[in-house]
Amino acid sequence: MSTIDKEQLLIKGLAQGDKISVETIYRENYLMIQSFILSNNGSVDEARDIFQEAMVVLYEKSRDTTFLLSCQLKTYLYSVCRRLWLKRLQHLNKYSTQVESIEDIVPVEEDVEDHEKRNDDFMLMEHAMGKIGEPCKSLLDAYYLQKKSMTEIATNFGYTNSDNAKTQKYKCLVRLKKLFFAQYKNA
Amino acid sequence: MEDVLLIEAVERYVAGEMSVDEMLVFEELRKNNPEVDQLVVENIYFLQGIDKYNATKLFKHTLLEVDSKLTLEGVIAVPVLSGKAKVVSLWAKYKRSVAVAASIAGFISLLTSGLMITYTKKNGNEYYSELVERINQTNKEVSKLKSTKSSTTPPKMEVKADYRATGFLIDGSGYLITNAHVLNKMKNIYVENSKGDYFTASTIYIDNSVDLAILKITDTAYKIITNLPFSIKRNNAELGEQFFTLGFPRNEIVYGEGYVSAKSGSDGDSTAYQLTVSANPGNSGGPVINRNGELIGIITAKDSKADGVVYAAKAKNIFKLIDQLKKDDNQYQNIKTPSGNELKKLERTQQVKKMEDVVFMVVGSN
Repeated sequence: MSTIDKEQLLIKGLAQGDKISVETIYRENYLMIQSFILSNNGSVDEARDIFQEAMVVLYEKSRDTTFLLSCQLKTYLYSVCRRLWLKRLQHLNKYSTQVESIEDIVPVEEDVEDHEKRNDDFMLMEHAMGKIGEPCKSLLDAYYLQKKSMTEIATNFGYTNSDNAKTQKYKCLVRLKKLFFAQYKNA
Repeated sequence: MEDVLLIEAVERYVAGEMSVDEMLVFEELRKNNPEVDQLVVENIYFLQGIDKYNATKLFKHTLLEVDSKLTLEGVIAVPVLSGKAKVVSLWAKYKRSVAVAASIAGFISLLTSGLMITYTKKNGNEYYSELVERINQTNKEVSKLKSTKSSTTPPKMEVKADYRATGFLIDGSGYLITNAHVLNKMKNIYVENSKGDYFTASTIYIDNSVDLAILKITDTAYKIITNLPFSIKRNNAELGEQFFTLGFPRNEIVYGEGYVSAKSGSDGDSTAYQLTVSANPGNSGGPVINRNGELIGIITAKDSKADGVVYAAKAKNIFKLIDQLKKDDNQYQNIKTPSGNELKKLERTQQVKKMEDVVFMVVGSN
């Protein structure tokens, strides 16, 4: 299988959150990123952080069915990490133009900006989730994150039947929605 | 109520769960009523937001799992080369002063190691005291009184409590971490949360080498807690890192704070830290949480002769424990280690409030 086919397959796996694909990409690229960050004033923990954020960028892109990688996966990841790291250095006022490149880079500014917008949405939702309280939080998590069935949720949470649990879920959603949009208005 | 109906309709509409007739009516309603249409659009946007949020959250969890797996395998670590290079250049620069310093350091460290030997000898036997509390009769009476007064779920059986320690959830479906020495002593174990609810529990895994154990709440009255607020730190804590801990040296949850004072435990034990914090019998098994809301250790013992010298098992040992458990027994494949970051930007008091819900008193008979 050619490298391009192999990488397309990995990206498909990534889009579905497949752990083996994630692990493969991690194994093949992490150390390159780590040596880049370490040689540019960063620590191992920062390298980890940046790499994981770049993985999220790639994940978000991969969920877009029209996304086609126009370069090697490692070049893409490297470019995103480089961009993220520059931004962080800038933020910490440690900006120096002499960030050392050890690989080729492709333009990823737009992708990183898209990611920042998505990340803002993510934080807003997380914040709203943090405010809805129990049992709403656990209930929504059980349904959306752990993909439990309504019958299972009814038993775990002590509702008499799955219809009651469902009504409760919708009530929680309405609450979450109010909290979520309230932040938009304040922002 | 209207909102509830609408959001339900929109969710089913988006998921394609509506019958043809229902769909027609729904679309007709949207067409003729701009206000409804607006609300539908808003709901679709919101529901997509939830889906994206949850997908990203799951993905981040997968990332953390892969990260800790690779850390354990040693794939992720500081490359030796770059570290060496720096040291070498430093060495060349400061060769002379380092040589002088080394001769002095050698002298001092010889002295301290001499002290250490006599110290650890004693320490090894007499003064290393595990922090499980043997509950005396008065305490028991108090505990009984308390349980009849404030517990919302009455104990389902008469429990004879001879020992008390601490444990905390690492998986909201009822898996707790505590010390191996705690469970080695106890029979008929039950756990009690800070609200006073009791649940029966049983030991599922013990690793004496790192003094950690996994306990499972078996009680049907236990309600699953999703999303534990903390995460487990995969690498070593820093010297001087500040933390707080929660535990049950009394019948009530007690807060303590301190700092990491050495990167190894009693007798140079590299699976543990030395902490400076006040801890008492009953604190065994208590979580040690740093400012970022990461679990860095589990309180295990204290030095009975030195003030404030407490030992804690390193948190990353938990990953090894769980991996081993999964290997040994198929029914535990679903245990998920926490990756919460709710504590990160909170004030200490808020952090403590969130952690209180996941810390349990562990009680048993002898």
